[in-house]
Amino acid sequence: MATVSVRQAKKVFGSTKILHGVDVEIADGEFVVLVGPSGCGKSTLLRMIAGLENISGGEIAIGGRVVNNVPPKDRDIAMVFQNYALYPHMTVRENMAFSMKLAKAPADVMEEEVKRAAKILGLDALLDRYPRQLSGGQRQRVAMGRAIVRHPQVFLFDEPLSNLDAKLRVQMRSEIKELQQRLATTTIYVTHDQIEAMTMADQIVVMNGGRIEQAGAPLALYDRPANLFVAGFIGSPAMNLLPGRVADGGFRTDGGALLPLPPGANAQAATYGIRPEHLMLADDGVEGTIVLVEPTGSETQVTLRIGETQIIGAFRERVQGRPGDLLRVAPDLSLVHLFGPDGNRLP
Amino acid sequence: MSATTAPVWTKTRQQPGALARLFDNKAFLIIVCLAPAVGLLMTFLTYPLGLGIWLAFTDTTIGRPGIWVGIENFEFLMEDPIFLNSVFYSVFYTAVATFGKFGLGLWLALLLNQHLPMKSLLRAIILLPWIVPTVLSAIAFWWIYDPQFSIISYLSMKMGLTEGPIDFINTAWPARWSLIFANIWRGIPFVAISLLAGLQTISPSLYEAALLDGATPWQRFRHITFPMLMPILAIVMTFSIIFTFTDFQLVYAITRGGPVNSTHLMATLAFQRGIPGGQLGEGAAIAVAMIPFLVFATLFSYFGLARRKWQQGESND
Repeated sequence: MATVSVRQAKKVFGSTKILHGVDVEIADGEFVVLVGPSGCGKSTLLRMIAGLENISGGEIAIGGRVVNNVPPKDRDIAMVFQNYALYPHMTVRENMAFSMKLAKAPADVMEEEVKRAAKILGLDALLDRYPRQLSGGQRQRVAMGRAIVRHPQVFLFDEPLSNLDAKLRVQMRSEIKELQQRLATTTIYVTHDQIEAMTMADQIVVMNGGRIEQAGAPLALYDRPANLFVAGFIGSPAMNLLPGRVADGGFRTDGGALLPLPPGANAQAATYGIRPEHLMLADDGVEGTIVLVEPTGSETQVTLRIGETQIIGAFRERVQGRPGDLLRVAPDLSLVHLFGPDGNRLP
Repeated sequence: MSATTAPVWTKTRQQPGALARLFDNKAFLIIVCLAPAVGLLMTFLTYPLGLGIWLAFTDTTIGRPGIWVGIENFEFLMEDPIFLNSVFYSVFYTAVATFGKFGLGLWLALLLNQHLPMKSLLRAIILLPWIVPTVLSAIAFWWIYDPQFSIISYLSMKMGLTEGPIDFINTAWPARWSLIFANIWRGIPFVAISLLAGLQTISPSLYEAALLDGATPWQRFRHITFPMLMPILAIVMTFSIIFTFTDFQLVYAITRGGPVNSTHLMATLAFQRGIPGGQLGEGAAIAVAMIPFLVFATLFSYFGLARRKWQQGESND
């Protein structure tokens, strides 16, 4: 177990800048998720921490030791790859024991470690199978087993669930989280799925275009997104972000809707943000026309048109409207997010 | 009440004609569709092979149809030192050349699999020895090995490495090694390009995983590259052994089996005895004697190296 510090890390491929100086501080035993759209540099950052990519600038320290020039095998890390990277010609046992075999560990130690990891992951019965004979979830577990047997300081996961079907993904998500809590090993996890990030992380680092947009606890990001990117990225369904200006005693969207503002709102506001779940049905609310009603059972998502502006609301009530009907909704004023013309959150 | 009944029209089923029924017959169709292929194979594969095998058991010479003599040809060959020598040299030639081709070919494939500048140009150049017609390259080697005009002799004399011309093909062992060298030179591209194709199917993340597992470059080769390459290696080796064992052009163009029959392969000896020598039966017997070697080599590399449990998936038992 160890801390990980990334200080002003830069990555350049030829003339293309992938990372523009990134800072991340990861505490001992913390579960950190790097999340962002494809091409944001999150996988590159993970591979730099692993030592699979060299570091063009800045430094990366694991457990207080700067590892810029330390080869991957000496960084005391273990990585789970997106495609698992299991050795196809080795059995599950051989796959898990490979690193120990290279380190010339005694046979009984190897066997014991493999047994222990297999027990944790429920792979006992599969030790003599080849990767081809395993299902996606089992391969995923073998990949984790290969990481566990090494007792690394840091676990690195590179989009480990993206090759699994939706149901298995949810199951493996909780398994990984539970495993991490049991082993209390510092973990860095890369994903493009904000739900994975929200459910698993102690700390989320939202990246975009080679920069960090915001880092913090999942609910902090949800409650106080620092800018438009984070506001739109975290949360599902996504936050309604309505450009406009403060006028007429409220917020006038470019589409013509007039929305109420919380008291003392900043007059510079250029974007009005309200999460779908923070809209309420209210008789004195803003009137909109229903475009679409999507009941999910636990809640109902309604797409409304107010003026020319479309917004989405998610209500615990069962909305019985049909497209074209009128519905009155009101935002929860304490949960309105206002962003300035530069896209950053206004205080 | 007047009931009007609508005129009832029933379609009369047309009986298909005799020809249509014939073409609906599955057995007939199978025969018709297979006939051209079978005909071609029988004419151009089975008949020559059968004729060759039959000739091996006769005493046919050019201009005189032979009679069945049983295994007399083989009995004679078993006591013929030139034939026995050609068997030895065929096996030796195949073994050493295959070893050389795979050693160098694998090394070249590994090099080409790295990120090199002008990679595709290099790969194209590598293929050159294979594209050039064998007889042309054989003639080039003939010049290179020429007792008087050899460029190698010339250079080594210029540099003072040797006093006189080097003897490449005028005595038995130098000639044998020279031919093997020419064969290796010619065979490397096939091996290198095939193995390169195999190398490129290995996922780079396996190497990354091995890197994190602490494998040295040699260990990565030994535990990842080599086992993963095994299936394609087996196939390429099977082909290479067959091509090398049946080689004819290089040897015939450079030494014609000389000096004093020392570099005869079984293929060149079969031709020598059968066509210029006129002993068709004996030549055919030499050619037939190659079959067991080829079958053995094929079976060995195919079953010994090709299929691995991990490739098959499904159940383990």
